[in-house]
Amino acid sequence: MSFESIAVLQEPYLSWLLQGLSLTFALFIFSWTIAFVLGFLLLLMRMSPIKVIAWIPAAYIELARNIPLLVQIMFWYFAVPMLLPDFLQKALNRWDSGFILAGLALGFCMAAYFSESFRSGVRSINNTQVEASRALGFSFLRTMQYIVFPQALRATIPLIMNNTLLLFKNTSIAMAIGVHELMYQVLSINNDTFRTFEIFFVATIVYLFFSILIMIAGEFAERWAKKSRRASNA
Amino acid sequence: MLEIINDYWLFFLIGQYPHGPLGGLAGTLLLATICLILALPCSILIAIGRTGKNRFWRGVTFVIVYVMRGTPFLMIIFWAHFLGPIIFGTSIGAFWVMVIALVLYESAYLAEVIRAGIESLPYGQTEAAKAMGFSRTKTMILIVLPQVMYNSFPALLSQFVSIIKETSLGFVIGVHEFTFAASQVNSILLVKPVEIYLILGLTFFIVCFTFTSAARWLERRIGKSQGVLPA
Repeated sequence: MSFESIAVLQEPYLSWLLQGLSLTFALFIFSWTIAFVLGFLLLLMRMSPIKVIAWIPAAYIELARNIPLLVQIMFWYFAVPMLLPDFLQKALNRWDSGFILAGLALGFCMAAYFSESFRSGVRSINNTQVEASRALGFSFLRTMQYIVFPQALRATIPLIMNNTLLLFKNTSIAMAIGVHELMYQVLSINNDTFRTFEIFFVATIVYLFFSILIMIAGEFAERWAKKSRRASNA
Repeated sequence: MLEIINDYWLFFLIGQYPHGPLGGLAGTLLLATICLILALPCSILIAIGRTGKNRFWRGVTFVIVYVMRGTPFLMIIFWAHFLGPIIFGTSIGAFWVMVIALVLYESAYLAEVIRAGIESLPYGQTEAAKAMGFSRTKTMILIVLPQVMYNSFPALLSQFVSIIKETSLGFVIGVHEFTFAASQVNSILLVKPVEIYLILGLTFFIVCFTFTSAARWLERRIGKSQGVLPA
């Protein structure tokens, strides 16, 4: 079977696929950024000495990790707009509300996973490091900035890569609320051509290709982390 | 919100059951349990292949695990949905399509849990069994696996939570489960999405969090019984 004989890779289906792929990437980058930033904020809140402030992210993380992502996406898509004030609802409808809400849902859900990864990185740092740096007069935030986070990064990166893979795969769930990402486009092409096997094969290869890229990057990150830890211990 | 629960609690719980397929929360839990029971033997076989000496089986199981881990679960559901009828010759129903998809996908993840268990077991156990004259199969079945299953029970339980969460994706091919029931209620009432999806989410949370907490408690207990300090 030559490359040209795959009917689903001819126009117009090729451009459908590419549109889907670009929207998948947009969704991935949008929600990854939210997850990373929010996950970090959740970590900072969780490390707060004030019990109430530390308790909020802990409760949120349990909620986000124990509710199916599809349910969270549906909640964001069907319920959240009802809770918003009028002008925000209108603003959402002017843009692609499905894309924005799915991205927010993915980002907010994965933030819980990211935050747990950050936290296990921070917990891998011996507390004497914090005590030593506080004794040297670093403030709490400066201790985190100069002492804890740079070291925690090593233990964290492999976990973050794993979460990134999960996030990438989960972008496909946005099709359930009609976001035209790759999975949605694949089903449309299937409905149009009935070449189920071909189009699914192509889509699986595409997803696998990017997943394996992320996995390989994770593998390299892990090796780099081990090497630089050895170097710093020597 | 209480009004909706009052009117539809039975529907949320068992779907249209006496007049249709079992659905709702019961459908979700049934699906997850069947999947766990079927996926466990598959995953043990994959884990044995992954940790074994035979290069061929190591390669095959490696590919299975990485293909499953690299593909979105929805993709696997649609594969099962469209290929199931071709392979079996007849339509097998959305429920069993979902069982097939879940077993395929979760076997790979459970296999990684069990593999970690096998690899963390001290090698002395296998050596001692060999010295006592046990064959390789007997060593695996009588010595290694019982300990591995005991040690990785908490991890298996948290994987069960993942399975429960993944059953909700059956919604896209019309499996009668909890999410499906909620969206049906939503399309009857139309104007109450906030309440309905809160009920849906919170019920999922209660079920999943119970298992997550149980897994954590068991982890501490099993850790303690082996003289290992809980992390």
